[in-house]
Amino acid sequence: MTREKVRVQAIVNEQPVEFLCEPRQSLLECLRDILGLTGAKEGCNDGNCGACAVIMDGRLVNSCLVLGVEAHGRRITTIEGLARGAELHPIQRAFLEQGAVQCGFCTPGLILATKVLLDRHPDPSEPQIRRWLANHLCRCTGYDKIVRAVRKAAAELREVRA
Amino acid sequence: MKWFDYAAPRSLAEALDLLARNPRARPFAGGTDLLVQMRAGQLDPDLLVDLKHIPELNELDCDGSGTLRLGAAVPCCRIYEDERVRRHWPALAEVAEMIGGIPIQSRASLGGNLCNAAPSADSVPVLIALRAVCRIAGPLGERRIAVEEFCTGPGQTVLGPGELLVGFEIPPPEPASGACYLRFTPRAEMDIAVAGAAAAVRLSNGVIAWARVALAAVAPTPLLVREAGDWLADKAPTEENIREAAELARKAAKPITDMRGTAEQRRHLVGVLTRRALQQAIARAREAQP
Amino acid sequence: MSGGTYRVIGTRPIRHDGADKVTGRALFGADVRLPGMVYGYVLRSPYAHARIRRIDTSRAEKHPGVLAVVTAADLPTGPDRLIDLVEGTLPVSYARANVLARDKVLYKGHAVAAVAAVSRHVAEEAARLIEVEYEPLPPVLDVLEAMREDAPRVLEDLRMREFGELTDKAGNIGEHFRHVLGDVEKGFAEADVIVEREFRTVMVHQGYLEPQSATALWNQDGRVYIWTTTQGAFSAREATAWILDLPVSQVRVTPMEVGGAFGGKIRVYLEPVAALLSRKCGRPVQITMPRRDVFEATGPTPGTYIRVKMGARADGRITAAQVWMAYETGAFPSGQCGFGAICILAPYDIPNVLIDGYDVVVNKPSTAPYRAPGATQAAFAAESVVDELAERLGMDPIEFRLKNAAREGSRRADGLKYQRIGCVEVLEAMRNHPHYRAPLEGPNRGRGVAMGYWFNIGWYSSCTISVNPDGTVNLVEGSVDLSGTRTTIAMQAAEVLGLRPEQVHPVVADTDSIGPTAVTGGSRTTYATGWAAWEAANDVIRQMKQRAALLWEVDPEAVCFEHGVFRSGDRSMTFAELAERLEETGGPVIGRGTVNPSSAGGSFAGAIVDVEVDPETGKVTVLRFTSVQDAGTAINPTAVEGQMQGGSAQGIGWALNEEYYWSPEGAMLNSSLLDYREPTALDVPPIETVIVEVPEPEHPFGVRGVGEANIVPPPAAIANAIYRAIGVRLRQLPMKPSAVLEAIWSKES
Repeated sequence: MTREKVRVQAIVNEQPVEFLCEPRQSLLECLRDILGLTGAKEGCNDGNCGACAVIMDGRLVNSCLVLGVEAHGRRITTIEGLARGAELHPIQRAFLEQGAVQCGFCTPGLILATKVLLDRHPDPSEPQIRRWLANHLCRCTGYDKIVRAVRKAAAELREVRA
Repeated sequence: MKWFDYAAPRSLAEALDLLARNPRARPFAGGTDLLVQMRAGQLDPDLLVDLKHIPELNELDCDGSGTLRLGAAVPCCRIYEDERVRRHWPALAEVAEMIGGIPIQSRASLGGNLCNAAPSADSVPVLIALRAVCRIAGPLGERRIAVEEFCTGPGQTVLGPGELLVGFEIPPPEPASGACYLRFTPRAEMDIAVAGAAAAVRLSNGVIAWARVALAAVAPTPLLVREAGDWLADKAPTEENIREAAELARKAAKPITDMRGTAEQRRHLVGVLTRRALQQAIARAREAQP
Repeated sequence: MSGGTYRVIGTRPIRHDGADKVTGRALFGADVRLPGMVYGYVLRSPYAHARIRRIDTSRAEKHPGVLAVVTAADLPTGPDRLIDLVEGTLPVSYARANVLARDKVLYKGHAVAAVAAVSRHVAEEAARLIEVEYEPLPPVLDVLEAMREDAPRVLEDLRMREFGELTDKAGNIGEHFRHVLGDVEKGFAEADVIVEREFRTVMVHQGYLEPQSATALWNQDGRVYIWTTTQGAFSAREATAWILDLPVSQVRVTPMEVGGAFGGKIRVYLEPVAALLSRKCGRPVQITMPRRDVFEATGPTPGTYIRVKMGARADGRITAAQVWMAYETGAFPSGQCGFGAICILAPYDIPNVLIDGYDVVVNKPSTAPYRAPGATQAAFAAESVVDELAERLGMDPIEFRLKNAAREGSRRADGLKYQRIGCVEVLEAMRNHPHYRAPLEGPNRGRGVAMGYWFNIGWYSSCTISVNPDGTVNLVEGSVDLSGTRTTIAMQAAEVLGLRPEQVHPVVADTDSIGPTAVTGGSRTTYATGWAAWEAANDVIRQMKQRAALLWEVDPEAVCFEHGVFRSGDRSMTFAELAERLEETGGPVIGRGTVNPSSAGGSFAGAIVDVEVDPETGKVTVLRFTSVQDAGTAINPTAVEGQMQGGSAQGIGWALNEEYYWSPEGAMLNSSLLDYREPTALDVPPIETVIVEVPEPEHPFGVRGVGEANIVPPPAAIANAIYRAIGVRLRQLPMKPSAVLEAIWSKES
């Protein structure tokens, strides 16, 4: 084995970044420990909780199951990249207004999942929302207010687009 | 996790070369099983060979005869978003949507699902029912085998040293045919099948021309139940015949008890799921009748 | 408050920490980043029960990148004392033995040694180089087996407490207690119908999403700084200090944001270990548990064996109840059986009661509270029997409960006489809810109801409020915020001060910066810390009145304050106007509030649930769910609903799929979020809520803690619904598909 760190260049939250990582470091570790983006959370490290979800080239991924080296040449959005300047994204606002946040640990992953959902399906049904969010465990809310927040955000975003 | 190196070859030849030269190398597609097993200390490869930049492993296309060519590393999301797959092989699109959740489906591939060789792999019974063939490349060239021949035990496959699963060929759907996969999980999604059953049938002149039944999670490998298909051939698609085929599947199952379910429960579920999968496959075949 | 109407209380403001939580800026335990910080990894026992013969750490110490290795040999052996954890107590000696095993490992996953290294990967690699020689011992894994005299002993020094007295009886029973009301023999003799049943539940986990994480710096001046994900900064300070045999003031705990806790983040697991590693290497050390360790080494709540016998007269009056209950507390005693005993019959006024309870140690992880600790298992048993009695008497299950409902003056089994409670009101709200009256059509569908209770806790809290010159205030509080209590506490201060919620800036402080405050647990935070905020706000008003009196040259008694305006005669000043003039009237104003209520008003909750059972697969689908709870005065209804929905979803998970699945050797086999099967968004329906408001008589705003009682009814309600769907009563949790199938098969055969 070479035991050499790998140089990775990527676009993270619209900004070019460059870092050195060990191949065994997950994208989650690289975001949190190297780039200081601690918004993505480690809940299980095996793809079953969704707390680490980020958007990579338009797709939602569990960053614990992506290697940092795979980020090379990719475009990544984390929760830190969603608000525009001092303004919250409508999804973030809807989560607050609907009381969809309790402890807030699953929230970054859920908000990014909602972002990808609404990019693809602007008017999702309740079953569709629940299916889309099923990889994201939330132990605090019972999901009810999260589903409401997603519907509210969807309505608002449709209005903006119209 | 132990240190390992990473390589991202751009061609099949390069990947095969890396695998041939490194006996402790491991192919890496979506990583949704591999990385989990490495973190748990079950696997400790020295080198991961990323397959996601190799054209052959990432193709998703129909050839002139209507055969689906599906690269081993194509993620589930591309499969179920593909209009041709949705139209001609709906059971395949459905199972791709069933594996994990959305972020898993962005990465997990059917090639990975097969090579992981878990008895509970959801996509394998579907591939078997659809008569999919594996394309395997290796130091000695390329070979093809039926999907049902691929797994040899839990976590064990026919792949020899340096060999790589390149992809699948799935024959075009026949007229008046239909397929369906059903699994049983305690949670609605994000769960491992306690048992699963795939069925594919073709109807002709009011009888079943052929049928294939394959099972998940009830034997050391995904299981093709030939006797169920043989029994249905040339018979009318009646409730009674379906029940008899389900009974044959139930008898063919060799389940064990573990944390996900009991042997008794699994055997029982095979009967229920096979019957329901056959009913749905037949309903689809009727809809597909010209 | 004038006219009894509130301007802030009862509204639904945006949370003060909301923006941080939706932008990823909120800092949780593992988000701490300190200069020079290194990472720890804990090596854990592969055996459920074994003697540690020898530990050799030399290879790990030599591994490149390793900075320190510790074992129990690095822990002091200071004097023993009891750590009070609100929902239970624990001797320091046991807490110490739990963070690093000394002579024996008592469960699989028990911490044995820890390594600090430059990365988590290196620390883990090094930990695998530690050689531990074990002498495996037979484990005892079942609560009833553990009670036998010939059972393997988990703790050699354990002696049973019986009826409050320490005895010399050695064994695995930590405590045997008894509650008696009236005469059960007489009560059963009066009964026309008697039902007696046995129930089993298995260990479940709180299932919070954020794994435990602690960062420690043993500073070169001797002070120990801890940043951790905990429900109580002060209890974590006390436990860490005592485990390390330090004065409490030598430790400062900074509580981080907590990614769910539900009772499971009261104990310390990693803090003392990180501190020992830091002392050895002189650098801050962070340890974050892998999910497997969270399951194997923290939190589960007890599995139980409960037998309930109840009798009722033909007119529907319950005449007697007898309960025999044994809780497996894991490796150390936990006292949770006692809580279960307080709650098991709490919704009913029963004249004759006899409860025998046993806390029993087994070779499983040391149990911790889980949302209404001990009550859910108890209610599963009692509410199933109540349902069966109602059925035998041909009565509607809610009417039957109403006929026997506890009310002001009724006695709880442990003897407490209820003050004003909302049990009847909750039952009436259930009976009147459209859900209860809605038709339920289709085969294999059924509707069930159940009640639950949690007594809630008062205890000590501290707040300070400083007035800003712009007319807003800063509120410093000692209660860790798990789910939005910054806001519910700030709202109570805002109500007093005549401010809008956003004009109060709440801060959760470290243990150096605020007075002692008991843990966020026992549903006490909005109740007790809110009360402290009320005190502090009134202290501010008292001082501000003096300032106004100075300016107006009147007696302070002549100044009144209402709706944010100070008045005396025809002169008036708003709070903001006066705030601007503090400098010229004597300087800053800081209000303080401390409270220590010895009790709190309990909360009753009820659930109505519709299920559909697939009789061919045993799968139970929850179609509709309504949660009803007495919140006292609901400070922030959004937060109350959130508590009710969250507790309901946890109750649904506990009812249907969650369990610790053990190997015969005592290893948990499903220690992942995949196989533990917490409910996903697809496994729970929309959860309807009804907030009942029966104000608590002592609290200035009538608050009742609302965090816990909601988890208690769901398993029993679901069991009762399953019975109505398919005619089979399940008396074990979880009611997983295989268990439902087996119940159907045994009914058929």
